[in-house]
Amino acid sequence: MDAMPKWADVILIPVISILLAAILSALVILAIGENPWAALKLMVDGALGSTYGWGYTIYYATNFIFTGLAVAIASQAKLFNIGGEGQALLGGLGVALICLYIPWPHWTIALLGAAAAAALFGAAWAAIPAFLQAKRGSHIVITTIMFNFIAAALLNYFLIGALKAPGMEPATAKFPEPTHLPSFQDMFNFGETTFFRGAPANVTFFVAIAACVFVWALVWRTRLGYEIRSFGESESAAKYAGINPTKIIMVTMLISGALAGMMAINNVQGEAERLVLNAAEGAGFIGIAVALMGRNHPFGVMLAALLFGFLYQGGAELALWTSIPRELIIVIQALVILFTGALDNMVRMPLERLFLSLRRA
Amino acid sequence: MTLTQKLFGAAATVALTAGAAAADPAILFDLGGKFDKSFNESAYNGAERWAAETGGTYAEVEIQSDAQREQAIRRFAESGANPIVMAGFSWATPLAEVAADYPDTAFTIIDMVVDAPNVRSVVFNEHEGSYLVGMMAALSSETDTVSFVGGMDIPLIRKFACGYAQGALAANPDVTVISNMTGTTPAAWNDPVKGSELTLAQISQGADVVFAAAGGTGVGVLQTAADEGILSIGVDANQNHLHPGMVLTSMMKRVDLAVYDAMSDGPDMETGFNVMSVANHGVGFAMDANNENIVGYDVLAAAYAAAAAIESGELAVHDYSTDETCPALDF
Repeated sequence: MDAMPKWADVILIPVISILLAAILSALVILAIGENPWAALKLMVDGALGSTYGWGYTIYYATNFIFTGLAVAIASQAKLFNIGGEGQALLGGLGVALICLYIPWPHWTIALLGAAAAAALFGAAWAAIPAFLQAKRGSHIVITTIMFNFIAAALLNYFLIGALKAPGMEPATAKFPEPTHLPSFQDMFNFGETTFFRGAPANVTFFVAIAACVFVWALVWRTRLGYEIRSFGESESAAKYAGINPTKIIMVTMLISGALAGMMAINNVQGEAERLVLNAAEGAGFIGIAVALMGRNHPFGVMLAALLFGFLYQGGAELALWTSIPRELIIVIQALVILFTGALDNMVRMPLERLFLSLRRA
Repeated sequence: MTLTQKLFGAAATVALTAGAAAADPAILFDLGGKFDKSFNESAYNGAERWAAETGGTYAEVEIQSDAQREQAIRRFAESGANPIVMAGFSWATPLAEVAADYPDTAFTIIDMVVDAPNVRSVVFNEHEGSYLVGMMAALSSETDTVSFVGGMDIPLIRKFACGYAQGALAANPDVTVISNMTGTTPAAWNDPVKGSELTLAQISQGADVVFAAAGGTGVGVLQTAADEGILSIGVDANQNHLHPGMVLTSMMKRVDLAVYDAMSDGPDMETGFNVMSVANHGVGFAMDANNENIVGYDVLAAAYAAAAAIESGELAVHDYSTDETCPALDF
C-alpha cells in the first residue's frame, strides 16, 4: 500500500517544491539588492497579465510539451532519452527541407507535411541510439547525449553550406508565405481589440494538446502501451511474458524522437519561419525537467510545461525591466528544476512519514 | 551591508522596474551575454563610456533565446527608448520586420545591414584588420608557420581567417597558415580549454604565432601561447595587456566606438550604411607599452605601409563574405 494518498503525490509535493524554490529565489533576489515581491509581480504580470504575455508563455509551453512528452514516454519504458535537443534540431532540418523545397498550396497541408517530416527526422535521429541500446547494450543516456552534439554539428554543416541564404547569417532563407502558420493573433482577432499582438504562440499549441491525448491513449489504452509499461517495470518479467525487448526499445524511442522532432513545427515553422543555428535552444533539456515534474503523465507534462513557459516569459520580462542579471534568472529557473526534479525525495520522505503517523494515530 | 540595509535598498530599487525613462537609449546584447570579454563586452564598454561622459542612463537587455529578439526590440521601442542599438548579425531579421512599425525610433545594428529609413547599419571590414595582423604574424614568425583559432565556424569568422591568411602570405609567400575552428555550437565562443588544446596542437605543427578570433575561447588560446612561449594575437578589444610581452598585437574591432557614436548622435542620428574600416580607424591593430618591445621595426613599418595602401585603395583585401571563397585558405 502507498504511504501517501494519490492527491498528495500529484499535487502536494509539486506545490511544496515550487514554494521552496520560490522562497530560495526570493532570498537570492534579496541578496543582490532587488525586491523579490516586485520581481514576482513583474514576472506574473509579464507572463500572465496580458494576452501578449500569454502568447509568449504558451509559445514556450508548446515547445516544452513536445520535449516533455518525448522524455515521458521513454521513461515509461525506463529509457532515459536525453537526446530531445538533437532530435528537435533534426526535426527542424526536416521542417526546413519540406517548407523550402515543396510548393505548398495552403498552411493546413503544409502543417501536416511539416509535422510528418519533423517526426520522421526526429525519429530517425533517435533510431540509432535506440538500435545501439537494443542490439549492443550501449547505454542510451550516453549515446543520446552524444547525438545532441552530432546533431548540432550536422545542422551547422547545412546552415553554413547547402541551406544557407545569401548573407553572413548562418540561417536558411525565409519559408514561403503559404507555409506560415496562423498565430494566435491571426486566429483570435474579433473586432476592435487585437489579442496576442506580436506573440509567437500559434496553431501548433493545439497539435501539442492533441499529442498529449495521443500519448495518454497510447500508454494507458493500447496493447503497445501496456507492453511499454511492463517492459519499464521489469525487463525480465516482460521477456517472460513474451514481450520482445528489442521491439519495445525501438518503438518507444522512435515515438519519443518523433515527439521531440515535432517541436520544430512550433519554433521553426511557427515562430522563426526559417531555420537558424541552435534552433532548439535547450528546450530538449527542459523537457527532462518537465517530464520529471509532470510525473511522466501527459496532463502533468502539460501543466509543468506551462509553468516553465511562465518562467521563461517571466524571466524575459525581468531581463528587460530590471537590472537582475541574466545569470540569476537562470539560477531561479534552475532552482525550480532542482526542487521539482532532483530533490523530490527531500519533500517526499518527510511527507510520507507525516501521512504514516497520521494514519497510525 | 546588514540585512536591514539590503531590505531598504531593495525597496528603493522598486522604482527601477518601471523601466527606462523616455528617450533614453537602449542597447540589446547578443546571446553571448555582455561580459564575453569580446564582441558584446566591447559594445557594453561603448555604452558605459557614453553614460560616463554624458551622465545619462540607458536600458539594456541580454536575451536568452532567439524568440526574445523581436520581443525585446518591440518592448523597448514601445517604452520610448531612442535610439535602440543592437549588437550582432542575428538581430537583422527581426529588426527588418519591426523597424517600419516604429518610424520615429532610430535603430542601429552592428555587423549586418538592414535597409530601412530609420536604421543605421554598421559593418566592419574585419578582413582588412586581419590582413594587417596576418602580415605582422608572418613577419614575426621564425618557423614560417602561423595559425588561427576561430570560435564557431560561421561565415563571419571565416572572414577573419581569410584576411589573416592573405596578410600572412603577402608578407611571406612561404608561410604555412594553420586554421582551426573551436566548435559547431555556440559553446565554441566560451571554451577556453578547447582553445588551449587547439593551440597546443598547432604548436606541435610548428606554429609560433597564433591569432584567436573566438570570443571567450581566445582567453585560453592567449594563455597557452604565453605558457608555451609563443606569440599570440588578440581580437576585438585591445588584449595586449593580458600577457604583456607575449601578445604580439590585437586586431581591434571598435564595436565600442560604433555604440558610443550611435548613443551620442541620439534619436536624430544619420541613418544608412556605415563602414568601419582601416581608413576610419574602425578596425586596426593595437600598439601600446605591452607590445612595443616585441614588434620589430620592420614588422611595424610593413604593417603601417599596408594600412596606408588599404586606406588609399591601392591594396584591396579579398572579403570572404562577398563570394564565400578565400584565395589564401581552404575551409
